Amino acid sequence: MSDDIARRAIIKVLGNIAPEAEVDKIEPNENLREALDLDSVDFLNFLVGLHDELGVEIPESDYGRLSTLSDIINYLTTKV
Amino acid sequence: MYEFRMPSLGADMKAAKLVEWKVKPGDKVNRGDIIAELETEKGDIDVEVFEDGVVDQLLVDPGNKLPVGTVLAIIKNGGEEIIHEVKPAMKKVEEEPVRKERPEISRPGYREQPIEKEHRVRASPLAKKVAADLGIDLKTVKGSGPNGAIEKADVVKAAEESKKEKIPKEVVFPEPERKATEERPFGMRQAIAAAMSRSNREIPHYYLQTEIDMSKPLKWLETENQKRGVKERLLPSVILMKAVAKALNDVPELNGYWQNDQLEIKDATHIGFAISLRQGGLIAPALHHVDMKNLDELMHDMLDLTMRTRSGKLRSSELTDGTITVTNLGDRGVETVYGVIYPPQVALIGFGKVTERPWAENGMLDVRRVLTATLSADHRATDGHRGALFLEALNRYLQDTENYE
Repeated sequence: MSDDIARRAIIKVLGNIAPEAEVDKIEPNENLREALDLDSVDFLNFLVGLHDELGVEIPESDYGRLSTLSDIINYLTTKV
Repeated sequence: MYEFRMPSLGADMKAAKLVEWKVKPGDKVNRGDIIAELETEKGDIDVEVFEDGVVDQLLVDPGNKLPVGTVLAIIKNGGEEIIHEVKPAMKKVEEEPVRKERPEISRPGYREQPIEKEHRVRASPLAKKVAADLGIDLKTVKGSGPNGAIEKADVVKAAEESKKEKIPKEVVFPEPERKATEERPFGMRQAIAAAMSRSNREIPHYYLQTEIDMSKPLKWLETENQKRGVKERLLPSVILMKAVAKALNDVPELNGYWQNDQLEIKDATHIGFAISLRQGGLIAPALHHVDMKNLDELMHDMLDLTMRTRSGKLRSSELTDGTITVTNLGDRGVETVYGVIYPPQVALIGFGKVTERPWAENGMLDVRRVLTATLSADHRATDGHRGALFLEALNRYLQDTENYE
């Protein structure tokens, strides 16, 4: 998967979970959960959304690798 | 026949704007069907109807902001008489602009429904039938018969007059110039201020706190989640909610409303689940029938409810029928939360962050993953002893992973 596809999917899913947030202003190295104030339910909704968009299955043990926007893009592009 | 009124979506709501009707006259509706969409401080709300019937008349046009209690529609459900709960629409509407002039923050919405003195209306049976057919409130009709009794002709005349006046076409509350997105946190802040001030003023809170060893429940959860895909995954919150519901079954006095100086215990367990909004404010929509659902169903509902709260798409019942509230500040790193009860509820459960703490048991010291659970309860409804039994039961159900389902 290309960076661009991953990025677009992330932005789309975040748009549903945090409709009031300005997702495009997030810095690539900012912690996503802190920047958008996502709680654990939001974060799970985020992963479910990524699964629906990209068919990717993210185990709980990989949560630590999903802190920043660029982490998540890296993770997704290597996984799919 | 009954009047469908602007519902009070919680102790802190005064008015809402009708955005759209989802039904038209002649439509058949069943209990729970969505008949209208409202715009409120809590987002756009789908309003459900309480009884089966047929939509007779829609009295208000979309675009109007209307106070709680305003008659919005007439719904036929077989009965002849119109069932009145509060005041006739016309009277209510006239009052509103006056009330708006003084800023009133401390009077919570649902209290504003005046307790109407039972006033017997004298009317002939024919007049009653005609009034029901025309959707006319007999209390607004002046009788010309013996002793002021209302006759058919009076009703017909009143119906014609009311057509002339036509139910509120004009905006009842002047719309502020601010955009809806700016208005929401402001209005909500005021609404929360009103509900919480009332809570602190009227409810004699007592607080209990206990530490719960979450090692075993979380171990169960982790093992379970390894077997599950992302769409079936469970969160600790869902185990906590389920355990709260089970413990409420043991101590039902915490699940209900304090109204008219007495405790009304609720059969259903609808747990309000506090969700903080990033644009400011919070909403505690209810997870329905938590006691009757399994963990998978609850997880599904919790994800769905959170998503819809964020996007401002809740159903009216979710805002009104919470029987107790749970607030979980664990995600934000707080260890202990002492909540303020949301009236007319009589208890609130608070959960903090799970942290590793030293834990002494059977003469041995160990490190465990520990959660602080608190109970804020209304001392008018329960005493500390019952509250303590609740927290004890909560712990017992959490440890009982063999019976999780």
